[in-house]
Amino acid sequence: MVKKELIALLLAGGQGSRLGVLTKTMAKPAVLYGGKYRIIDFTLSNCINSGIDTVGVLTQYLPLKLNTHIGIGKPWDLDRFNGGVTILSPYLKDETGEWYKGTANAVYQNIHYVDKISPEYVIILSGDHIYKMDYSLMLDFHKKNKADATISVIEVPYEDASRYGIMNTYEDGRIYEFEEKPKNPKSNLASMGVYIFSWPVLREYLIKDAESPDSDNDFGKNIIPGMLNEGKSMWAYRFHGYWKDVGTIQAFWESNMDLIERVPDFNLFDQNWKIYTTNPIKPAHYIGPNGSIKKSIVAEGCMIYGQVRNSVIFPGVFIDEGSIVEDSIIMSNSSVGKNCHIVKSILSERIKVGNNVKIGFGEPTVNESKPSIYNSGITVVGDEAVIPDNAVLGKNVVIDIGAAPEDFCSLEVPSGKSVYKGGICE
Amino acid sequence: MKNTMGIILSGGRNDRLKELSAKRSIAAIPVGSKYRAIDFILSNMVNSGITNIGILTQYSFRSLMDHLGSGKEWDLDRRKDGLFIFPPYLSGDSSGWYRGTADAMYNNLTYLKRSNEEYVIISTGNCVFKMSFDELLDFHKQKDADITIVYRDMHDFSKQDLSLLGIIQLDSDSKITDLQEKPLNPKGSMGSTGVYIMKRTLLISLLEESAAHGYYDFVKDILIKNVENLKIYGFKFSGYWRCLSSIPLYYNCNMEMLNPDIRRELFIDNGRIFTKVKDEPPAKYNEEAEVKNSIIADGCIIEGTVINSVLFRGVTVKRGALIKDCIVMQGSVIDESAFLEYCILDKNVVVSREKALKGESNWPVIVGKDTMV
Repeated sequence: MVKKELIALLLAGGQGSRLGVLTKTMAKPAVLYGGKYRIIDFTLSNCINSGIDTVGVLTQYLPLKLNTHIGIGKPWDLDRFNGGVTILSPYLKDETGEWYKGTANAVYQNIHYVDKISPEYVIILSGDHIYKMDYSLMLDFHKKNKADATISVIEVPYEDASRYGIMNTYEDGRIYEFEEKPKNPKSNLASMGVYIFSWPVLREYLIKDAESPDSDNDFGKNIIPGMLNEGKSMWAYRFHGYWKDVGTIQAFWESNMDLIERVPDFNLFDQNWKIYTTNPIKPAHYIGPNGSIKKSIVAEGCMIYGQVRNSVIFPGVFIDEGSIVEDSIIMSNSSVGKNCHIVKSILSERIKVGNNVKIGFGEPTVNESKPSIYNSGITVVGDEAVIPDNAVLGKNVVIDIGAAPEDFCSLEVPSGKSVYKGGICE
Repeated sequence: MKNTMGIILSGGRNDRLKELSAKRSIAAIPVGSKYRAIDFILSNMVNSGITNIGILTQYSFRSLMDHLGSGKEWDLDRRKDGLFIFPPYLSGDSSGWYRGTADAMYNNLTYLKRSNEEYVIISTGNCVFKMSFDELLDFHKQKDADITIVYRDMHDFSKQDLSLLGIIQLDSDSKITDLQEKPLNPKGSMGSTGVYIMKRTLLISLLEESAAHGYYDFVKDILIKNVENLKIYGFKFSGYWRCLSSIPLYYNCNMEMLNPDIRRELFIDNGRIFTKVKDEPPAKYNEEAEVKNSIIADGCIIEGTVINSVLFRGVTVKRGALIKDCIVMQGSVIDESAFLEYCILDKNVVVSREKALKGESNWPVIVGKDTMV
């Protein structure tokens, strides 16, 4: 067997609760992004493009979509005899058994997986971010510094720094202090949640952490500060490039919209750093005699008879004659009837929009039941909802997964209102 | 259809396809913006539940082999059965060159003998159609036929195109009374689709007999010679069917895919068409894009105008360029203000700035692979 130098552990258990209905039936890493991908595809593609062929994916929250998507790892060439992708879910032990309590606990519970492969280094990743990164360069940096841990950081504007875990470093990059969401940040180097550890060192700290009853069992809160306090050699590796945490409805929408720029900051067309995913088995898309598409990306299997502007359209979407779709994201296999007008909305999978429907019009009143989630003017429709003919939906409206025409108390759903499956009227 | 195996004859050379088949076998010809001709018959077989498929190749089969790989995309990478590719080979008693379709099968008789399916479907590899073979097998059994040929009323073919087909005559019981291969003056419009079903053991004995007499062609030497001796029946197929055997047929078939009914029949209803995946991102349209009545594949970047055209994967159309009634294959680049009408561009063609190329609807301009215009 070829000895593995570096293996990856991908934390994919994140709930992503601020994505509202988008994560009601799946974990955040499984959410669709960019016209054909799921968020986790970027991290998995980074692994294989960086030469990492052994990846453990730690799942916990609603894992079905993720498990079926990853399968045996074929799209990423991770179906291997030696290594490959392994789904690591929580499990029962002799007498006990428990959920993953925190990020560090999740890795702790899978020490036997890493031990069996016995790599020199482990890279800890999260499946929540959109970025392209060569982890092998980070490993070179780690080895050059003879580091115990290397943390990838990105410069953020100082005014945003208090939202991140901030690394305070010496000039050469060695970390002397870590502050979680500091009020008065001393630096603007934010942790990206990408860590390389020398495995024996991490192993020791994971066991120590598991024995401590007061610990949150979290990398950022416990493991990293613990190692720093004991004077371990810890370094910040600066990453330059596009990196987005698409954790909120607005950030998710904006990051999708970044892709439609003439020369996007994030280029999916890079032949040297392809992003892999399961390909839909569909013919190429078709544009009708009166259709029009401008400043948009459109995937396979779509049929566009209407007009599409500034939008991201996933596979198998049908847009009928006379309809206009602007500044929106429409996910796989949804259909839009005749003479509709959809503005600044996110339509999930397999949605049916009737004829003469308007979505995204009115005052930007925040959502009444979930103001912290739906507040950026974007209306979100959950999977498999059916929107009746002549409906008019405002801004910050949310339509529940599977909502049917009879669940609409009125054809007019003003800004900030919600429609629930089962027809509970507000 | 557990009890049936498939054989695809992809070998034929065809000079009528000019540059398009110069370096690839006709079964590997790109069609419909992301497919190769062979994808259709291969998917039809897979969708009908056939899992043991042999492909006989002859001319320029590199691109075909590259396309098929291990058969993964058609779910044919199996422990048991799966996809088998048989290029010509040299051995003590063989010249290393298939002298005809029957000779090709005869040279791989071991494969036929080792398989254990009761029936075998033989098909050419360059036709575009969607068909499930279950009804064909039922018909074949019900008629107690020796061989059943799938035919179609080719009323939508010109006389010239008809004479590229096998033309059949049937009696009222659907028994074939006459079969003429590529007749100069076709009698009627009932044409063979090049799909046949028979018992595997019958095929083996027919192949052995014809080899003993020094005959090498399946249609001329086995089917036609046996029209009176065997019970050969015709099974009518009435869907869309095109054989990509001439430039006009190839061009029109691509253009017919712009028709929603035909696209639905071929790609959506009753099973999907599988092909090799390329991992391209979704197509990108910039502000200046004007696209009407066209099929656009993944990985394209469109800044110009595209009308009534079929664009394959990874085509770039720059600002001010106008493409009308064209077929543009994978990876081609149409530079700013170029103008193309009635053209077929093979893979990786570059049309430089302000160049204009214009063909006729019945005589499109063909630009060979990797050409710079």
